[in-house]
Amino acid sequence: MYQHIILAADGSENAVRAAEEAVKIATYTEGSKIEVVMVADFNKATADRLHTQSEDSLLLERQRKIANVEHVLEGAGVPYTVTVLKGDPGPEIVRYVNDSRADLVVIGSRGLNSLQEMMLGSVSHKVMKRVKCPALIVK
Amino acid sequence: MQTLQQQWFGNIRGDILSGIVVALALIPEAIAFSIIAGVDPMVGLYASFSIAVIIAFVGGRPGMISAATGAMALVMVDLVADHGLHYLLAATILTGIIQVILGVSGIARLMRFIPNAVMIGFVNALAILIFMAQVPHFLGEGWLTYVFIGVTLLIVYTLPRFFKAIPAPLIAIILLTAAAFLFNIELKTIGDLGTITQSLPSFLLPDVPFNLETLQIILPYALALSVVGLLESLLTAQIVDDMTDTKSDKNREARGQGIANFVNGFFGGMAGCAMIGQSVINVKSGGRGRLSTLVAGVFLMFLIIVLGDLVIDIPMPVLIGIMVMVSIGTFDWGSFKYLVTAPRADALVMFVTVAIVVWTDNLAIGVVAGVVLSALFFVGSISKLKIKKRDGVYLIEGPLFFASTQKFVQTLEMAEEDHVIIDLTSSHLWDESSVGALVRVTAKLQQQGKSVEVRGLNPASSALFDKLNG
Repeated sequence: MYQHIILAADGSENAVRAAEEAVKIATYTEGSKIEVVMVADFNKATADRLHTQSEDSLLLERQRKIANVEHVLEGAGVPYTVTVLKGDPGPEIVRYVNDSRADLVVIGSRGLNSLQEMMLGSVSHKVMKRVKCPALIVK
Repeated sequence: MQTLQQQWFGNIRGDILSGIVVALALIPEAIAFSIIAGVDPMVGLYASFSIAVIIAFVGGRPGMISAATGAMALVMVDLVADHGLHYLLAATILTGIIQVILGVSGIARLMRFIPNAVMIGFVNALAILIFMAQVPHFLGEGWLTYVFIGVTLLIVYTLPRFFKAIPAPLIAIILLTAAAFLFNIELKTIGDLGTITQSLPSFLLPDVPFNLETLQIILPYALALSVVGLLESLLTAQIVDDMTDTKSDKNREARGQGIANFVNGFFGGMAGCAMIGQSVINVKSGGRGRLSTLVAGVFLMFLIIVLGDLVIDIPMPVLIGIMVMVSIGTFDWGSFKYLVTAPRADALVMFVTVAIVVWTDNLAIGVVAGVVLSALFFVGSISKLKIKKRDGVYLIEGPLFFASTQKFVQTLEMAEEDHVIIDLTSSHLWDESSVGALVRVTAKLQQQGKSVEVRGLNPASSALFDKLNG
């Protein structure tokens, strides 16, 4: 079954809802592990650096971002690891999921309307279209 | 750190493609920054070629793009206006020498002293100055100028959503230059502000008298250029480090910037430094190694030699539009939130840095003022000493040094107990002032016939006390 579950997280409420669903699946499968994947967006690289005093505080800042998701996983007692990637969130998640041959990817959807989706681009939509494994989009 | 071979050939395909993308994106900026500095477009284009090519070999941060920049252009405006191009070339060479010296003496460590509030102030001030430099070019130029600026902005902001292979600014240039031709629209062009020479840069000695007077003219500019250039370069290096998850040699980068500027000055280029925006474009386009920087420089020169004739026909409003985009992209839009949520001292430092730059028109002065102000705030904040009194024991919390001893002395001298115990467990003696203050207080209390006991000195403080107190 789903042994290696990748949970894409970005610090938002949607990611927390996705985490809750990922937990449900993980607890039903013997020996399954969740890998929390966060992408530090290239487009925010400059601002991220400007708003932290050192690379160490930047590291801490990014870890704090997924604390809400970790909280859910810890609470459920599901084993998990954290991976921080750098790049354009959509394509980077797709690349990582396909390279790591995960069994399932779980991702929250921001619930954009069609105009916003055209302007901002929906990460979950891109992921769903291009990953080679089952994807669970959580609304 | 990667081996030199990896730095050059670890990512050949990605580096060549991204280098080409960067070269295309560099051309309009190099020209626009030349116009800001008040020199011929060739001065910025030559600088971008020379610096990029040289830094590919001697830089400390593979994959970072250095060329003629807005920050440097803004610093040199008055020098060019008052003394002309050759003094700028001399200042560029001197900047190179200063940067090499700073690099050799380990300037990168000093970067740690610059708080991020000053950095945010720096980029914001830079953005504001770049925008303000455009205003004289469009005010009173007629409605068509505004239309062209507007269409340029529309293209550069919407096109990348659908098509990313060619940088949008270049597409705006091609489309709008063609439009101006087709409809015979009379607009100011780059040709009205300077010439384009379709040849490689050649070696020349700046035509300035080699005397003390020349040095007096160029030294202040060279110092400012050195500071601004290294600041932006090392900030950019940190951003590229983070994006690529690799380390870089910052002191080597500082020396490399110096070497690049030194040589560049002899080949008719204006002083430059690393560019945040272009480096981000390079990494996003897949560039990682030294090859990407080299390709960017060489391809830029190739384009100028091939297309130089067309470049002079680019309408100024298009270039202004691109500079407005650069300005918007440079500004840190998170700053408004920062002003509200950051600690008061940090917010003030950021604001003061911007205000001083805009007021003096000098990025270097703003940065120095910001650093000094934040240092003062820092001393102020750590000099806050807490003294708790419990059963005749004076518990000192916080470091004791020149800025914090006053409160210590005042409080202890007023002690009314016969046996005064000073507990320094939560404190640290940092300097002569602190040791002196402790000696003075002890003596004064003993004079009043009281006994004094000092306890809890940590080993380092004890050692300092013994050393300074004989």
